[in-house]
Amino acid sequence: MTDPRTTVTDLAPRRPHSKTDLFLSFTVLALQGFGGVLAVVQRELVEKKRWMTREQFVEDWAVAQIMPGPNVVNLSLMIGGRYFGLPGALAALAGMLAAPLVLVLLLAALYGSVADTAAAQGALKGMGAVAAGLITATGIKLIAALDKNAMGLWVCIGLAAITFVAIALLRLPLAWVLLVVGGGACLWAYRVLGRPGAGAQA
Amino acid sequence: MNSMAPTFANWLDLFLHFASLSLLAVGGAITTAPDMHRYLVGEQHWLSDPQFSSSIALSQAAPGPNVLFVALLGWNVGLNAGGGPAAGWMAWAMALLGVLVTLVAIMLPSSILTYTATQWGHRNRELRAVRAFKTGMAPIVIALLIATGWLLSATHNEAARDWPLWLLTLCATLLVWRTKLHLLWMIGAGAVVGALGWV
Repeated sequence: MTDPRTTVTDLAPRRPHSKTDLFLSFTVLALQGFGGVLAVVQRELVEKKRWMTREQFVEDWAVAQIMPGPNVVNLSLMIGGRYFGLPGALAALAGMLAAPLVLVLLLAALYGSVADTAAAQGALKGMGAVAAGLITATGIKLIAALDKNAMGLWVCIGLAAITFVAIALLRLPLAWVLLVVGGGACLWAYRVLGRPGAGAQA
Repeated sequence: MNSMAPTFANWLDLFLHFASLSLLAVGGAITTAPDMHRYLVGEQHWLSDPQFSSSIALSQAAPGPNVLFVALLGWNVGLNAGGGPAAGWMAWAMALLGVLVTLVAIMLPSSILTYTATQWGHRNRELRAVRAFKTGMAPIVIALLIATGWLLSATHNEAARDWPLWLLTLCATLLVWRTKLHLLWMIGAGAVVGALGWV
């Protein structure tokens, strides 16, 4: 088990006080997450609570996305585990899931009565369009984190552009894009980091 | 749906199937939805097609992680197995059992793997290979986010009909990017605009 005091807090200005704080914070942000929680995690944990820097968030998100399983579940486990070990991971995960689970089951039990109305379907459509915007904007904001990337900003933008074209326009399978573009990027980063003078702060 | 009483073997089969999907779900649980459909609707006939679609739509509309669509699939499987809502408390109990089975199965294997691997990665975060992984993947995952936003909009692909939706997405993007306006106001505004039939 890692010692919680020597980890992310070296860089991020603040940290959660307790496992209850973790649980409640994750509950609050999960309940704001319509159409995906990621935009809210970025807004709350990086911009408001400042538990992590933008760069740390991108690193964690990269790992959460590569590992199998629900991304946001992985991210909760990682963030909670970093501060309070396994109990922290479970507290964050429980916060992320418990209240939304109850809500979605209630919604399912009530669904039959409103499913057919045009207003309900229109509202769903409108919320979906906004959610697409939230996710896009989160990605755009995180581009700034690439500024400190050891590969250099232009290499990063090139890699990002290739990935976007492959996934959004060519609709190639995610696993292949990760393997080819992601694998290539990691090899390149390995080379860059091995150069004399490459900083320890990647 | 048929209301055959599910055996222990049925539940175990459901658990094992979702547990194996857990380890294949790179890029999120939603990427395994096509296989869940094949298994639950096509192969086992535990769910109807509309039940499957509405489970996904409802979980998108509710707050929280998208993985909750798996809980709704389990809910409906259990409800069907218990004889539908008309069958009373027994059906609701089965529905909850379904939630438990599917949700634990989809999360447990991947969570154990992720937790163990990231703890290892964190202890060895100064290793060149670990730093190279994080450095190399950063631009990729940022591009994936923007691509996700793009794909969500691209399902509405008729310019003459869908331009108000695109405009709404564009406004939301600009507001989140450039302002500190609370995200819930924007979601709420989207719901109102949609309910009024403007998009």
